[in-house]
Amino acid sequence: MFSVSLEHFLFLGAILFTIGILGIFLNKKNVIIILMSIELILLAVNINFIAFSSFSGDLSGQIFAMLTLTVAAAEAAIGLAILVVFFRNLGSISVEKINSLKG
Amino acid sequence: MFLYNFSFYLFSGVVVFSALMVVSAKNPVHSVLFLILSFVSASGLFILLGAEFLAMILVIVYVGAVAVLFLFVVMMLDINFVKLREGFLQYLPFGALLGIVLFSELLMLFFTDKLSEMSSIEFSTYPIFSETENTKDLGSVLYTDYFYLFQLSGIILLVAMIGSIVLTLRERSGVKKQKISDQINVSAHNSIEKKKVKLGEGINV
Repeated sequence: MFSVSLEHFLFLGAILFTIGILGIFLNKKNVIIILMSIELILLAVNINFIAFSSFSGDLSGQIFAMLTLTVAAAEAAIGLAILVVFFRNLGSISVEKINSLKG
Repeated sequence: MFLYNFSFYLFSGVVVFSALMVVSAKNPVHSVLFLILSFVSASGLFILLGAEFLAMILVIVYVGAVAVLFLFVVMMLDINFVKLREGFLQYLPFGALLGIVLFSELLMLFFTDKLSEMSSIEFSTYPIFSETENTKDLGSVLYTDYFYLFQLSGIILLVAMIGSIVLTLRERSGVKKQKISDQINVSAHNSIEKKKVKLGEGINV
């Protein structure tokens, strides 16, 4: 009946995950884009969770996707707070300058 | 089922395109807007999978809160974004190589028969839609089997909220503030001083 199968969604998840990893590599200096790439990776994980849940008829996958959403929201809030404090102290958001803790 | 397939390819095409634009846009404001577009399209995909509640949560939590938070931070900080893009092309070959390797590994993992042989779960060839509402189904599982995880996610959100407030709160010096405890604790003998003033001389206060 349906020609869109589980593999289609897994394929999409893999593409999104790879784009997220690529984004971290390409924008090595901009912390904001790195945080957005992490959000993309988490979205790919969510697509996989929900696809598995929907194709196996088990709701646990959707529960775990919801928990992933919670953790992603918390992570974004704390990451942006750290970013604001970092910008206030150094006047830049370049990742290369985050080495103040180096002993 | 033409419409189902068409919607799947439309939504996934928009998701992949906007994800690429998030990574490669020159202006971070544009990448935040493309992030919003990809989240909205992903919520369409969730609806196609029969997870309506999570689709709505994705729109509310991500587009309504997280993406707006990103937009707020991008616009609030005064950053030279051109300087931050230096080295984008320098890392492109290495990043592309790594992306290709990772993507092919993921595909090999998905399309081997081992995945279906080893697991005891039978995957159907079409999405299984429940007879009842998705929200009702999720609620009946979330508040019973996964109750502790639900509470734990509440604690995580509380810790994140307190953490981000503590991180960004700062006491600025030189700002005059009203301190109510000091005002209440004032008594007559430490706020009024009697001085004898001689005629024609005056005093220094």
